[in-house]
Amino acid sequence: MKDEGSEFLIRIADLQKAFGRQKVLNGISLEVKRGETVAVLGRSGGGKSVLLKLIIGLQAPDGGSIQVAAKEITKLDQDQLNEVRKRIGFLFQQAALYDSLTVEDNVAFPLSRHTKMSNDERSNRVHELLADVGMDRDLGKMPSEISGGMQKRVGLARALALDPEILLFDEPTAGLDPITAAEIGDLIVKLKRKRKMSAVVVTHDVHGANAYSDRMVLLHEGSIAAEGTFDDLQGSQDEFVKQFFSYGSR
Amino acid sequence: MMRLPILVLAATASGAMAGGRLRDPVPIARNFLVGVFEWFGDLGLFCARLIRSALTPPYEFGELLRQCDAIGSKSLPLVALAGAATGVVLSLQTRDSLVRFGAKAFLPAVIVFSIIKESGPIITGLIVSGRVGAGIGAELGSMKVTEQIDAMEASAVDPYKFLVATRVVACILMVPLLTVVSNFCGILMGWLANTLSEPISLRLFLEDGFKNMEFTDYIPPIVKTAVFGLTIGIVSCFQGIRTRGGTEGVGRSATSSVVLSSLFVILADVILVRLILMIWG
Repeated sequence: MKDEGSEFLIRIADLQKAFGRQKVLNGISLEVKRGETVAVLGRSGGGKSVLLKLIIGLQAPDGGSIQVAAKEITKLDQDQLNEVRKRIGFLFQQAALYDSLTVEDNVAFPLSRHTKMSNDERSNRVHELLADVGMDRDLGKMPSEISGGMQKRVGLARALALDPEILLFDEPTAGLDPITAAEIGDLIVKLKRKRKMSAVVVTHDVHGANAYSDRMVLLHEGSIAAEGTFDDLQGSQDEFVKQFFSYGSR
Repeated sequence: MMRLPILVLAATASGAMAGGRLRDPVPIARNFLVGVFEWFGDLGLFCARLIRSALTPPYEFGELLRQCDAIGSKSLPLVALAGAATGVVLSLQTRDSLVRFGAKAFLPAVIVFSIIKESGPIITGLIVSGRVGAGIGAELGSMKVTEQIDAMEASAVDPYKFLVATRVVACILMVPLLTVVSNFCGILMGWLANTLSEPISLRLFLEDGFKNMEFTDYIPPIVKTAVFGLTIGIVSCFQGIRTRGGTEGVGRSATSSVVLSSLFVILADVILVRLILMIWG
């Protein structure tokens, strides 16, 4: 199942998605290597979050190909798709914690459904995951009792529960104060080093993305406007790229 | 069933008059009809996915028990109260009518037959539509707009199995049990209301009431209430899971869950009574 031979964990080719008459993604092609972190930047409503939902199969594309761990996910049935999803962790923009479950139960949720761990093993694993994100003192709290930054940490612990090879982050630092945003950024760098996962990070935060990504992709009007390292994009002569980076640096 | 064309006409007329100006009603009626057909089409796809998820293992017994508690035990006081009130009203109203016709002796039988065969099931169905339908519509709608359902799918957990199937099955199991409670309270309070006017022992009241009841008289109401439960579960889960548009959408889903599940419970009652009379006479 690990597909060790393949260099790329995610391969997207000519991806297209429209909502009604509005084309959100118009022929996107993107590859993510094993252990690589790619930041996807772009204006609000530019299709960045849609790209993540297409990668994990929450939405169906109108055209193009999406290969995750060498599986063409657009052609998988529900059970096969779920097998691929077990290898992906997804941190949602608003964390999307189950509000009827405690912090501990939120993190235990995927473990109780996809592993045969005993209660003690599962509890230890949940403690370990929450300790990794600095939330092991709030096990019994409900999501409504913790702050937005803490919810994102718990969401991250839940995304890591099945030890995924790929992590998808949807605006991990949006709506957070600069200190908490920096802490989440540091957490991503720490996890990247510790777990050696591939990651796609959708963000507006140019400097945060520079800290934790190996490569950046800038989306504009449904297409990739620029691609490369932070320095490559900062030195670009393209008007949109220059404008995006000048505003992003303020 | 006669109400549906009236509703279509009313909605079409109000749409045509929107903004104080008379607009061309043809495209409005066409859009409305397309919407109605789309709704039924989506409902069919929803049911197909629900059946597949409900029948394939693993089964979510823990969540099913939690839903049985949320739908059953937490609706109990309201259903008991509604059943008791029905019993009192039925006793007072029927007593007056039967006295006029010199058939007072039939009062226990009329109350028992009426409550067990019709009043108990329909009152329980409508009470559960209101309380549980709104709850399911709002809860699933809220989970939808806050991406909790997406998060569940992203975790490779089927939300139809975990959220929808458990709620629908819990409704099917709990509505008949709640109806039994409603019937019990209705008959008991019917006796109490009756005995306040003209004392009669509970034993005699029950003996008279159940004298002509046969076992086959109990089966159709139980089947009927299970169908009410299925209707409430499916309609409110469907409205909840297709929520769009933030908190406003959640409000719309909660309201439409109650309205549509109540409407379909009444329609199901009409159809089932006809079927029951055809089968059991």
